[in-house]
Amino acid sequence: MTSYEPVIGIETHVELRTQSKMFCGCAVEFGADPNTNTCPVCLGLPGALPVPNRQGIEGILQIGAALNCEIVEHSLFHRKNYFYPDLPKNYQISQYDVPLCIEGHLDVLVDGGVARIGITRVHMEEDTGKSLHAGEGGRIHDAEHSLLDFNRSGVPLVEIVTEPDIRSPEQARAYAMELQRIVRTLGVSDARLEEGSMRFDANVSVRPAGSDEFGTRTEVKNMNSMRSLQRAVAFEIERQVRLVEAGGEVVQETRHWNEELGATSSMRSKEESEDYRYFQEPDLVPLEVDAVWQQRVRASLPELPAVRRMRYIDGGVDAATAENLVDDPGLGALFDEAVAGGADAKTVGNWLTGEVVAYLRQQDAELASVALTSGHLVTLGRMVGDGTVSATAAKEVLRAVLAGEGDPETVATQRDLIQISDSGVIEAEVDAVLAAHPEELGRMRAGDMKPLGYLVGQVMRATGGKADPKAVSEILRSRASG
Amino acid sequence: MPVHVDIAKVAKLARIALSDVQLARYGAQLNQILDHAERVQSLPTEGVPPTSHPMPMSNAFRDDELEPPLDRDEVLAQAPDAIDGYFRVPRILDDS
Amino acid sequence: MAPVNDPADLTILDAAAALRSGELTATALYEAVLRRASITESHLHAYLTIDQEGARTAAAQADDELAGGTDHGPLHGIPIALKDNLCTRGVETTASSQILAGYVPPYDATVVTRLRAAGAVVFGKTNLDEFAMGSSTENSGFGPTRNPWDTERVPGGSSGGAAAAVAVGSALGALGSDTGGSVRQPGALSGVVGVKPTYGLVSRYGLIAFASSLDQIGPLTRTVGDAAVLLEAISGFDPHDATSIRGEVPAIGGALDRGVEGLTIGVVPELSGEGIDTQVVDAFRATVDRLAEAGAEVVEVSLPTAEHAISTYYLIAPAEASANLARFDGVRYGLRIDGETTEDMMALTRGQGFGPEVIRRILLGTYSLSAGYYDAFYGQAQRVRTLMRRDFAAAYEQVDVLVSPTSPTTAFRLGEKTTDPLTMYYSDVCTIPSNLAGDPAMSVPVGLDAAGLPIGFQVMAPALGEETMFRVAAEIERLSGFDARPVLATSEVVAP
Ligand SMILES: [Mg+2]
Ligand SMILES: [Zn+2]
Repeated sequence: MTSYEPVIGIETHVELRTQSKMFCGCAVEFGADPNTNTCPVCLGLPGALPVPNRQGIEGILQIGAALNCEIVEHSLFHRKNYFYPDLPKNYQISQYDVPLCIEGHLDVLVDGGVARIGITRVHMEEDTGKSLHAGEGGRIHDAEHSLLDFNRSGVPLVEIVTEPDIRSPEQARAYAMELQRIVRTLGVSDARLEEGSMRFDANVSVRPAGSDEFGTRTEVKNMNSMRSLQRAVAFEIERQVRLVEAGGEVVQETRHWNEELGATSSMRSKEESEDYRYFQEPDLVPLEVDAVWQQRVRASLPELPAVRRMRYIDGGVDAATAENLVDDPGLGALFDEAVAGGADAKTVGNWLTGEVVAYLRQQDAELASVALTSGHLVTLGRMVGDGTVSATAAKEVLRAVLAGEGDPETVATQRDLIQISDSGVIEAEVDAVLAAHPEELGRMRAGDMKPLGYLVGQVMRATGGKADPKAVSEILRSRASG
Repeated sequence: MPVHVDIAKVAKLARIALSDVQLARYGAQLNQILDHAERVQSLPTEGVPPTSHPMPMSNAFRDDELEPPLDRDEVLAQAPDAIDGYFRVPRILDDS
Repeated sequence: MAPVNDPADLTILDAAAALRSGELTATALYEAVLRRASITESHLHAYLTIDQEGARTAAAQADDELAGGTDHGPLHGIPIALKDNLCTRGVETTASSQILAGYVPPYDATVVTRLRAAGAVVFGKTNLDEFAMGSSTENSGFGPTRNPWDTERVPGGSSGGAAAAVAVGSALGALGSDTGGSVRQPGALSGVVGVKPTYGLVSRYGLIAFASSLDQIGPLTRTVGDAAVLLEAISGFDPHDATSIRGEVPAIGGALDRGVEGLTIGVVPELSGEGIDTQVVDAFRATVDRLAEAGAEVVEVSLPTAEHAISTYYLIAPAEASANLARFDGVRYGLRIDGETTEDMMALTRGQGFGPEVIRRILLGTYSLSAGYYDAFYGQAQRVRTLMRRDFAAAYEQVDVLVSPTSPTTAFRLGEKTTDPLTMYYSDVCTIPSNLAGDPAMSVPVGLDAAGLPIGFQVMAPALGEETMFRVAAEIERLSGFDARPVLATSEVVAP
């Protein structure tokens, strides 16, 4: 029985979070009233001309540099011609044979191994408007009419194309997630799949293992989450393998991922292949990114996720926590500040990715909107370290701080969570309990330590839970051996 | 090279609905015009870079600043069909 | 008789002087021009729209400002016509296409903004070949414009309405657009000055694009001095046009009185012999002789690739046009012909909204860009364009300006060249090379042929060489002493 190897390439579109659009001064804004962020340029009115947004170019250069690309010194804009009602000029300003960034790579971690995914090109283009289909059923061909909103028209869009280097659905997902982390770390995009500011298309083919020829590929679209990207690729691989094993042939086509059905289906195939009639955009002049500019871009890159991840792990944080910190730049920043302030990396990492994330999720809140500061984390860490609060109480303190009840010391005092760490007080309580339980004391003295847990509990009850259980246990042990 | 234009295909690409009579006429005219271009095609241009822009310029950018948008009512007043702040078109066939 | 000293017959500079001496008001000037238009329009159809209300208001404001001591310069209070492919906020703009009938832009072209800032009175929108595609104004979707020197003839094109209006005084000046000669050739055929500036000197923002890498807006006026004033008002960097030239604007009218002594003038044999009407060649040679007498050194300079200019142009311009005109699809503005689906609606709208010449060029351009043909057609044309630029560069090493006739013939009869597109395309044989090179060129009237039709003389200059070009043009104007007026502007004419 032949085994098959999947060959996967991913095309990603990322909307840049500039203030204004790529070729006009309209606002880039998600969720605005339809057609309120439009002007002659992004509506394709007669006579309007595009002028490129410098910040958009900076954004793509940062992405290219972060993906280890060569930045092309002389590049060009082209027109990609096709008719579609959400494309106001009926051509898209894009790049063709001379894109801004080429030949990079991205290393992704999957199952403890590293896979290097080649980046073919990163190019600049403009987004289209949005069409809403008013009819029943949601599918385009059911609709009587379509409605057009051009707010998104002209939003800067970066297209990132990989080499066919991806070999599994897991790698596909890992690549997508690492790319998302990178653009978020760069701060150039929200990269939200659900809002469409990051979109993936996957090219999938299969071939007999060991072959170095490519099979016929299909292009899979409409994955709205990382999970659905992985599922869609997995489904498509399986579909193709079954098809080939049954003696069939894969048809080169575009397939639509249906999340509910968990399956891809063929989209209405076009009668003839596209002919985009690319030609150099005569309304724009060439781009020239000289060595000085390239150097400036590379020097301005922030710490990238891969480097950050290694730093966390080297600092004593476990891999999963490190991943979570890398995933959320806000948490990561808080973590870095707290550790810099002297807090224990492992403890703070667990708090942030545990209690804090849980609290935010439960409250549906943003990290930026809660009262927690890195100072709070440092203080709380110190309080646990010197026994002022127990590890358990610290979590309660943390939740209260998040809820805005005040700094950790205030909260611990108000909530009466300060531990009794005065050994004289604890010793007195221990002795009182032992006096009331001579039998247990005798058993312990005889070497049977089973009653220890019970006696600790008795002391804790007597102190209203405020004694440091570790200290209680130690004193009990010393009395038993004394 | 002798030119024969597949005029129906070209009209479709250009998204222009034409009758058979029109297609035949335009097809003949295009062939005639392109025949005249034959001498241009035979000019030696190996190694000659193309001119797509007459002035040697590069890097014409704008700063990332907002400009006021158009008034939506004024824009939609020009639309053949509009509703609820949207442009409206007949159903879209080509799912691309 | 048209009234003697009718303000409609004034040049821009003379009217500007009269406005300041108190002999004339902007309102009176506007009314004179409107009166002239009311007589000439029924014969010419130079205008698609006359914005009486807007123009009257602007004229009154110009008077108020001048009275109050605010003077915006030589165009203050001057009625100017705009080719109807220049967007004017609140005033219908159609590019003479049925696909844009009734379209009212929500913004002004940059040149319009600049004219308004210079105090000009935007009088109306003039007729053109649909989307500026043509050389006779017969391709207008709203009927042709006629030549004021002989109404059985065409005024040239595509800025034919603008040229005719300036020739008869239904505007003191006008702005047209020139992609392959569309300002200069109608200038020549209608007996007015027409200028195509250096590519990038004038912002194209708000000009309904035909061929983006070739289009330039330029003035049509009665005199070279007027053209300089108008061009100076609209030139200069515009942040809304990425192809607009940054930096200093040349001193366009800075040397109008300096004569041609010390200048070297190159006659281009490829553009001034074979295929050119003998009367046109005679007038051209006579003018060259006068320039030599006036002190210019005249030499012959060859542009070997010039003979390929038309074919090159008809590969490049339609290709760009095919994309530029894709936006006219019935979705957001203009005509819509209903269809079952959006795809049908678009195809029907475009099939019925565009005229035959426009469809022909869109199809030609679509074909020459399409897969498998790009390199043989569009790509090759762009390389030939480079050769042509090299030819020009080599020529300008030897000479200050190049000269040729503007048009191979004087005004031809309506319908004479409409059956064969190639015959019509040949009208631009002398003008197209400068568009391909991106260099400035202008036409100056130098005389009349035996039929009483004007003959134009073309001066070409290297990029941003406007000052020298205007200097030569001004000398030609003086030497030729051309002061004839078309019959419509000088004799008693009654509206039918
Ligand atoms: Mg793309
Ligand atoms: Zn806009």
